[in-house]
Amino acid sequence: MPITKDDVENIAMLARLELTDEETEAFTRQLGSILDYIDKLDELDTADVPRISPCSTASGDTEYARRDDVVRPGLGQRLATENAPDAEAGYFKVPKVIGG
Amino acid sequence: MQGCRGAGVQGCRGAGVPQEQGSVESSIISTEIYLELRELSIRTIRERIAARTLSAVELCRAALDRIERLSELNAFITVTADAALARAEQIDRAAASGDPLPPLAGAIIAIKDNMVISGVRTTAGSRILFNYKPPYTATAVERLRQAGAIVVGKTNCDEFAMGSSNENSAYGPVKNPWDAARVPGGSSGGSAVAVAAGMATAALGSDTGGSIRQPASLCGVVGIKPTYGRVSRYGLIAFGSSLDQIGPLANSVEDVARILNSIAGRDSSDSTSSDIETDDYVAALEGDARGLRVGVPRQYYGEGLDPEVRAHIEAAIKKFEEMGAEIVDVGLPHTEYAVPVYYLIATAEASSNLARYDGVRYGFRAEEAPTLKEMYSRTRDQGFGAEVKRRIMLGTYALSAGYYDAYYGKAQKVRSLIESDFRNAFASCDVIATPTSPTPAFRLGEKTDDPLEMYLSDIYTITVNLAGVPGVSLPCGLSSEGLPIGIQLIGRHFDEARLLRAARNLERAIAFNSKPGAVENL
Repeated sequence: MPITKDDVENIAMLARLELTDEETEAFTRQLGSILDYIDKLDELDTADVPRISPCSTASGDTEYARRDDVVRPGLGQRLATENAPDAEAGYFKVPKVIGG
Repeated sequence: MQGCRGAGVQGCRGAGVPQEQGSVESSIISTEIYLELRELSIRTIRERIAARTLSAVELCRAALDRIERLSELNAFITVTADAALARAEQIDRAAASGDPLPPLAGAIIAIKDNMVISGVRTTAGSRILFNYKPPYTATAVERLRQAGAIVVGKTNCDEFAMGSSNENSAYGPVKNPWDAARVPGGSSGGSAVAVAAGMATAALGSDTGGSIRQPASLCGVVGIKPTYGRVSRYGLIAFGSSLDQIGPLANSVEDVARILNSIAGRDSSDSTSSDIETDDYVAALEGDARGLRVGVPRQYYGEGLDPEVRAHIEAAIKKFEEMGAEIVDVGLPHTEYAVPVYYLIATAEASSNLARYDGVRYGFRAEEAPTLKEMYSRTRDQGFGAEVKRRIMLGTYALSAGYYDAYYGKAQKVRSLIESDFRNAFASCDVIATPTSPTPAFRLGEKTDDPLEMYLSDIYTITVNLAGVPGVSLPCGLSSEGLPIGIQLIGRHFDEARLLRAARNLERAIAFNSKPGAVENL
């Protein structure tokens, strides 16, 4: 199915990307040709094929990895906020949330 | 040694590496050594430091001089000169007091800038992390340090490891030391160049769809992507989490095996790291290739393969035959679907992984956004480069309501067909031999306007990530234009020992010993 400019604007909203008009136009064209190529997968009948487990191993073991639930020290507020563009008193500061 | 003046930090751009203010004598020694850096194996370095015929500090200075002199190649984003020299002094002191030296003692290692080191700026090649100083260190890097390696800096790469040419870095493209008008490959281009041009003994890269093997091939060095889960990814900035794997690049199979010995194995900080026993990958290199069954998949020798590359790969396979290996015709029938599967799965996972870059906790934030929502979307538009945005868009689309089953779900099913292809092929062979890249290094700018054509340059490497098996690239000759050509060998899950032994035998038979000449004229 062809991808439209409206589709691209909607995806950009979902992905939290404020695209310029040029970017929207370029992505409409480029994603269209990439998706055309991807449609090649429709050649294959996969009705009876299982989905791969994202992290399968040699043994075919698909058990979830588990660990003991023990308390370990975390980073702490100072280290956790050290890289923040804006922080105060151990908190991250952001522009206003309501009214956006 | 002066640090980055005024910055008060150990990290600084390659171009700003300070010159040692040492004596004339020390610079003569350095000159002598840097000419040899590519010749010094990890084993030799350790033995000579232990015998006091080589000083770790002099070797480290030689590497730093070389990095400075070849800054035009743009292989490094950050050079950690002070920390490297301090580490080298420790090693020399240990050698002087006769302490036993750890296995990688004195080896100069460069780290791709998508692995975190506590207190050292880590950018992942992105503007959005231009000032990020992580509070912790990646397990693979920590294990290298424990083994005595000297970390000399962080190498340039495609932004968030997304690219095949290193032209997607916010810190400028990396140039190929064999011909500075050409790309080094990507995304671990800086790591491959650091090794090829003698700026480091070895380097760590990461490989999601070929990002270790393809630049290794284009730069004439050895690079291995281990089995998924063989090396801890704790501290590797995530791209495609079901595909990403850390691995070494070096000048020889023995050196990559030695590094793998130090970094492989279970890590409780990465729940996807495997607890399957590791092997001694260096000891495993012993033994010949007689009786080895080498699979040749016809699907990898079709349209799009450069005839010169084909001729070199076929000659290398002939060498296996001469060594007593058995050449077996195998099929990997779903190969033609690998690129579309990869660009759905990798982008879907990337769109999710990169959601964390929102201008709140670290990195770049767009100025003057009146609301939180606008701050997010402007930060991300200004902070990410074009290829990263393109992939986030594609991945978001593939995961969005109404398309999930048609795209992501379908891709997962075809991925399992590709994995089955490998399991079936390995029933009749021990390793599989293919080209690493369809062509030698292409020119800077040659493919930047056509994302799809760029994606097709990964056609022989991405199947290996989709199947989760290990793959190694090693140089097998030069093109008529003097550019290196790599051959890829693929092994069974967690069978790096046999894979590296096959690679070692082929390396010995090919005896590739050309060195990039272009760098000497820079």
